[in-house]
Amino acid sequence: MKNQLLPAIRLTLVLLVVCCLIYPALVWAGAQLAPGQGLGETVSKNGRVVGYDNVGQKFDRPEYFSSRPSAVDYNAAGSAGSNKGPSNPEYLGTVKARLDTFLLQNPGVTKDQVPAELITASGSGLDPHLSAQGAYVQVARIAKARNIDSNTIKSLINNNLEKGVINPDRVNVLRLNLALDNLASASR
Amino acid sequence: MNQDLLGVLVMFGLALGLALPLGRFLANVFRGDKNALDFLAPVERGIFRLSGIDANREMTWQQHLVALLTINLVWFVLAMAVLCTQGVLPLNPDHNPSMSPDLAFNTAISFLVNCNLQHYSGESGLSYLSQIVVITFLQFVSAATGIAAAVVIFNALQARTTDKLGNFYNYFLKSLTRLLLPLSLVIALILAFNGTPMTMAGKQELVTLQGDSVAVSRGPVAAMVAIKELGTNGGGFYGANSAHPLENPNFVTNVVENVALTLIPLAMIFALGFYLKRKRLAWMIFGVMTVGFVALLAPTIYYEMHGNPAISQMGINQSLGALEGKEMRFGAAASAYWSITNTVISCGSINSMHDSFMPLSGLCQMLGMMTNAFYGGCGVGLLNFFAYLIIAVFIAGLMVGRTPEFLGKKIEAREMKIAVIVTLLHPLLILAGTAMTAHLYAGNPTEYAGWLANPGYHGFSEMLYEFTSASANNGSGFEGLGDNTPWWNISTGVVLLLSRFLPIIGPVAIAGLLARKKVVPESAGTLPADTATFGVMVLAVIVIIAALAFFPALALGPIAEHFSLY
Repeated sequence: MKNQLLPAIRLTLVLLVVCCLIYPALVWAGAQLAPGQGLGETVSKNGRVVGYDNVGQKFDRPEYFSSRPSAVDYNAAGSAGSNKGPSNPEYLGTVKARLDTFLLQNPGVTKDQVPAELITASGSGLDPHLSAQGAYVQVARIAKARNIDSNTIKSLINNNLEKGVINPDRVNVLRLNLALDNLASASR
Repeated sequence: MNQDLLGVLVMFGLALGLALPLGRFLANVFRGDKNALDFLAPVERGIFRLSGIDANREMTWQQHLVALLTINLVWFVLAMAVLCTQGVLPLNPDHNPSMSPDLAFNTAISFLVNCNLQHYSGESGLSYLSQIVVITFLQFVSAATGIAAAVVIFNALQARTTDKLGNFYNYFLKSLTRLLLPLSLVIALILAFNGTPMTMAGKQELVTLQGDSVAVSRGPVAAMVAIKELGTNGGGFYGANSAHPLENPNFVTNVVENVALTLIPLAMIFALGFYLKRKRLAWMIFGVMTVGFVALLAPTIYYEMHGNPAISQMGINQSLGALEGKEMRFGAAASAYWSITNTVISCGSINSMHDSFMPLSGLCQMLGMMTNAFYGGCGVGLLNFFAYLIIAVFIAGLMVGRTPEFLGKKIEAREMKIAVIVTLLHPLLILAGTAMTAHLYAGNPTEYAGWLANPGYHGFSEMLYEFTSASANNGSGFEGLGDNTPWWNISTGVVLLLSRFLPIIGPVAIAGLLARKKVVPESAGTLPADTATFGVMVLAVIVIIAALAFFPALALGPIAEHFSLY
């Protein structure tokens, strides 16, 4: 046993240096050349950081596109999904309530126009994206709240639409809302 | 919709296309033949000199196992010590507390056995020191342990009679230096260039566009996520694992991560073929595994792309599929593909929440772990498959009335006993564990109300999934389960230990016993192991042993839920 233990401990110590010091240091050094220098890619408005490019945030004011529901209320220091099973009656009640709230906040929208992502919680609670339909269905409300032409908003969505080649088309909610704000300040 | 299916094909095609040359390379590395990374030999010699190890000393199968178990014990002690004291150790910018002993036990065991039952959430449960010295470290060395054990079997299956099966430390270190470290470096850099953090800075406080204050968790994520996937460990940096937009920022990283986790299990199959110069055998194994894999994948993609019928009844547009617990940048098809690759391979990372999948998708995920031999984890997948192979050879031999032989070696009662014990251990641990837990819960549902996030059949599935995941060393979960309690921490910790080391010890012992036997020359009476007929035989054995043992339990959980929903 002793013949085995000593080499095992010594090998472990050497490997700690290799795997926990040299390897992370190399990755860290490489990441310094990446956009964001290894700190993640942030988004700024007027020089102030307002978020991470791909970390979703809460939008509950009528003049912004809402993000998907989040099981952790967009807590970027405690990600999680709802973990609700598909047949759970309490969960289905929550989904129904979200649908009713959405229809109330967006008069004129019919049920079949509401895509599933707007009434289901994302996996991380931080999903930054919506489908194109998830954005289109909110246009009328935003146009009214901001008092701008809905076609302008639609073209904003189309400009921000990220086409997937082998994955779904989607639009980044934070960037879309930033574009909305820029639109407002440009017309002023 | 079709573009999503194309994404699935791209991911599988890339993994297969890279696994073939990697398999050839690995065979060269482990045979000691010339290969592209020979310039690292001086580094390896230096590491052995510092450790006082003679890497040329040939070991018997028993000596291999003693070396393997001893060094694992050292790692366990190291992990426990760090996790129990991380709160006062350096590199803890977010001031996360030390772990309770039962949680530290579960976490240390979990990563030691290349599993990732995380009964904590990364953002608040670990310091950066623990993320690097415990989690990242164990993700490297546990994967290398599995690969080294598989190589012992490669060595033992050669057509000769011997006791000497190479050197454990040699196989182990070369798995690190020639495979895991270089590839992890490449993957980590791809992630970092796509927005995954790699920093020692703590959370960033910021005010969002509409004026809310939030804190965004960061850390040395890229380095850890690379080996998490490549080493088929699966333990995420963040609570949401690869569903988290910093851990898996876009579809490119999703492809890279998903290919990374399928790469080594596939490559090891081909490495076996090149090593033994029996390519047809490798293709037979690949064929059987792929048939099983596709049989689980197809229904999962189908059900996820068709959405939740209970939500369809509300009149909602589910053209993008079932989206509860999924991320828009991946979509339903790629999430379904990820979930099945991660359960047939004992990786257990997630890019969507398995708890919210449709009932039969959850069933396929569980069956992937219950069979645990369709590709399987780094190295250990082949070990599990090897046990099934031995049983199939034995049964086939009895059917035709001849002494069973595999690759020129007689399979006798002793090997057969070990193989049966190893394969039956898995259903025993899962079913006994679930039964005991269900009994506890049923006896006192109010006291244990915090365990289950969902009522009825689905609640039962949550318990069954947890023990299945533990026994398969998978680590994913129906995460609604409130599993950070002493019962769950200790019971699954014990299951993890037994289900990791016995399935390594058993197959290595069988291979060691076979290696000592005389080589029987092939004759007309030999049952060839590299044919489609034999492949069907192996598949039948897997289905009978694994799937049927679990059918009653599955009927109580996902199957019952399916019929209540559809």
